[in-house]
Amino acid sequence: MSAVTASRWERFRDSYLWYSFRRDKVAIVSLVVFVAMVAAAFLAPVLAPTDPYDLAQIDIMNSELPPAGLAGSDPAFPLGTDAQGRDLMSTILYGTRVSLLIGFGAVVLQSLLGILFGLLAGYLGGRVDAILMRIADVQLSFSTLMVAIIVGAIFKASFGNLMFGEIAIYLLILIIGIAEWPQIARTVRASVLAEKKKEYVDAAKVMGFGTPRIMFRHILPNTLSPIFVIATVQIANAIISEAALSFLGLGMPETQPSLGSLIKSGFDYIQSGSWWITLIPGLVLVVLVLVINLLGDWLRDVLNPRLYKG
Amino acid sequence: MALLDVKDLDVRFAVRGGDLQALRKISFSLDKGERLGLVGESGAGKSVAAFSILNLIAKPGYIAGGQILFEGQDLAAMSDKQLRKIRGNRIAMIFQDPMMTLNPVLTIGTQMVEALKAHRRISTRDARAIALKKLQMVQIPSPDKRLDQYPHELSGGMRQRVIIAIALLLDPEIIIADEPTTALDVTIQAEIMALLLELCEQENVALMLITHDLGVVSQVTQRMLVMYSGRIIEQGPTREIINDPQHPYTQGLINALPQMGEPGARLYQIPGSMPSLSRVPSGCPFNPRCPFATDQCRTSMPNYVHSGNVDVACYEVAKLIEQEQSLQEEDR
Amino acid sequence: MLAFLVQRISQAILVMFVISVISFTIQDGLGDPLQELVGMSVSDEERDALREEMGLNDPMVTQYLRFAGNALQGDLGVSYFYGEPTMDVILRHLPATLELVIAASLMIIFLSVPIGVYAAIRPKAWLSKFFMGVSTVGISIPVFLTAIVLIQLFSIGVQVTVFPADTGWGQWLNEFFSTDGGMPSYGRGDDLAHLFGTWESNFFSQTGWAHILLPAVSLASIMLPLFIRLIRAEMMEVLQSDYIRFAQAKGIAPARINFLHALKNTMLPVITVGGVQIGIMVAYTILTETVFQWPGVGLMFLEAITRSDIPLIVAYLMVVGLIFVITNTLVDLIYGLVNPTVKLTGKKA
Repeated sequence: MSAVTASRWERFRDSYLWYSFRRDKVAIVSLVVFVAMVAAAFLAPVLAPTDPYDLAQIDIMNSELPPAGLAGSDPAFPLGTDAQGRDLMSTILYGTRVSLLIGFGAVVLQSLLGILFGLLAGYLGGRVDAILMRIADVQLSFSTLMVAIIVGAIFKASFGNLMFGEIAIYLLILIIGIAEWPQIARTVRASVLAEKKKEYVDAAKVMGFGTPRIMFRHILPNTLSPIFVIATVQIANAIISEAALSFLGLGMPETQPSLGSLIKSGFDYIQSGSWWITLIPGLVLVVLVLVINLLGDWLRDVLNPRLYKG
Repeated sequence: MALLDVKDLDVRFAVRGGDLQALRKISFSLDKGERLGLVGESGAGKSVAAFSILNLIAKPGYIAGGQILFEGQDLAAMSDKQLRKIRGNRIAMIFQDPMMTLNPVLTIGTQMVEALKAHRRISTRDARAIALKKLQMVQIPSPDKRLDQYPHELSGGMRQRVIIAIALLLDPEIIIADEPTTALDVTIQAEIMALLLELCEQENVALMLITHDLGVVSQVTQRMLVMYSGRIIEQGPTREIINDPQHPYTQGLINALPQMGEPGARLYQIPGSMPSLSRVPSGCPFNPRCPFATDQCRTSMPNYVHSGNVDVACYEVAKLIEQEQSLQEEDR
Repeated sequence: MLAFLVQRISQAILVMFVISVISFTIQDGLGDPLQELVGMSVSDEERDALREEMGLNDPMVTQYLRFAGNALQGDLGVSYFYGEPTMDVILRHLPATLELVIAASLMIIFLSVPIGVYAAIRPKAWLSKFFMGVSTVGISIPVFLTAIVLIQLFSIGVQVTVFPADTGWGQWLNEFFSTDGGMPSYGRGDDLAHLFGTWESNFFSQTGWAHILLPAVSLASIMLPLFIRLIRAEMMEVLQSDYIRFAQAKGIAPARINFLHALKNTMLPVITVGGVQIGIMVAYTILTETVFQWPGVGLMFLEAITRSDIPLIVAYLMVVGLIFVITNTLVDLIYGLVNPTVKLTGKKA
């Protein structure tokens, strides 16, 4: 057992991936920041000074206190407080956790959908391909944001505000997953079309393997590196989509805020001078998305897959 | 003085973790109106040699040393601006794949006229007249129509004729043709090659023909260079080399030609394959595949020795020549 | 030409059909046309009679055909909230959105092409690296956040006091990082020109320009990095191609090679991707208009969602879908006209 792990570790240590990672300062910094943010977010209940969901811990008298270092700040609230007197650092930690959960969940869902539909379209071709890709084209020409807003609006209208708020996390994963599957499906399809022409697929057919086995056991592993690159970037996109939906009031409710809904609720107070309520969560969101995008860029350079253009 | 005199040309590729040597100290010359063949396997450095003469090597390649003397001027030391006056004007190039060589969004006429205007003060009308004349020279059907057509409207063979016409536009002294027929249909390869030769002879243009086809080289060139792993391993008059190849690699190449073997017999094959640039062995690069390799071959690169009019870089050949000379002396 | 046109237009019609089916499904599933007519104060029997009379008990296909037929005549129902035909409401809000998109598109075109080309020609220059760095960061900033930052900087203003004010350099730095603000951040202003009778325009007065500037910049900010990266990548690929090397071998000047030979080939894929992206900007107007309270269709749509104004939502989907389909078809046609390898004109074939 330990021998196996050791050899795996050695293989990884000698791999090109690890070699180029060590040489790329941007990638190292990005990964460190990303891991730190994920760790802080998921340890929020431990790290956060207060529980922003617990109404008993909130005092309205503390509302709109500025971050430390500015006139009128309170050392108990290093990043200041929002309009309801909640500690901004705590809400941001919890909000990052919600944003990350939705981002990862949505990417898992869209990867499942995208891989399935992409494999079907690429391998079966013909009418299945035409229908699936036409749907993908229509969705993409509408833009993923628009599709997410429409699906979000439909869900909101059908579930009602209260119900929507309660299961918002799951609904947002569903909405973003539905809106963004075409990106992954097109990438998978493009690499399936390229793989399909290779001899090993013919060999597998000659050996009498069934279609599902060839698709999942033979072709899929060879399309993983572009999927991996796209999925990384899609996490960033999903987090931005969630923030946009929440900012429009179609996402997380203020009782269980994500970074997007924190920005939205802070925006109402920007004219009164309380810029930190909206801009600090905004900065956290940008840093989070930026490091994921930088990691995605780095992966794309290293794995250099044939990505679908456009 | 030769028209073109390349001396100790070194070309390298700057890559992660140091430079790769693409050309190692290659030297050769080309006389006015001469036809010189450059042969070797793909990856031997033929195209790099061709492109480095006009300093058109693709990045990250660069000329690291040596001289390229054209009428006594060193092209390797020229600024880009000075070089531009030579490119297309005194030395023209023909590329391998006619489907990729012409700009798809510009008409044939535009691409010909701009070349003339880059080197001469000339009106568009006069430039078009010259372009038309050159298109007639390359025997394109209905040449007047072609000027306003886009490349995709022409077949591969016609496009290569257009490219030859562009090469001849400014009556250059040298044409460098990098495998000008390999990308074409077999049926028109001979036609295009014949046309190129005829025009070079008629206009007294020196031709540097890069190819992996020994048959073509033996038929059309007066002198030839054999390249292996970025080195010239044998050069001299084509007929002498073809009839009596000295270097074991050249011998292998020629024995591998179908016309050299017995009908029905297996073709000769040089064992192994040419090393990639990043793992060229020390000493003579051919030593791992050479039946005569000695320890000396594995440690140091042989210098050129003269065998008749041919220069060869091989210890085995040097040894044979020495033996021959000592035999002759003994005879005396 | 004809075959190309027929193919593209039939594709467009197919897409519009799909959109209309989706819209009809939403209308049918979520809307209650009786409510807008009679409200709550009607007995169940009367409701049933009305349903029968309005054809709501007809088969779905019949109902869809009626919906599509009305839509073709520009009748997309009556808005619950405004109490007037949805098409009128949309047409009233559309100019504001279109002007925003036009202003942002112009900014994108005039900035992305020179920057992208420069970054491709001189990939190692520090300015190129700066532009590429800024666009990587730019891609990671959501459009609404850009808008908020713009409001903070140029509308509200920033007073920086973190540097010691008693030293000269401290004061200079404080002033350097402080902004005045004062730019309008709300609505379109009150000095709008009237074109063709009904089209209110921001482009003909100073306050008009002042009002459209921040929304347009923030809308442009979402697409600008994408365009710069796209143009740079395409141009770098083109610069590697054989025909560029052949042009160099002909002795053509670098300026002509870069701006004629390379740029013309670069712009072909950029037109296809770019055209579609400009269509997609309509979706992003929802966010920009919300932040700036810009009275366009995006803000109208979001308000319709919060008011559950189903007919207006459906009408918006149909109209925006039509805009997407038209831009995509136009982009294809323009591409065909510009690219000589697409046989479109039939003039020279």
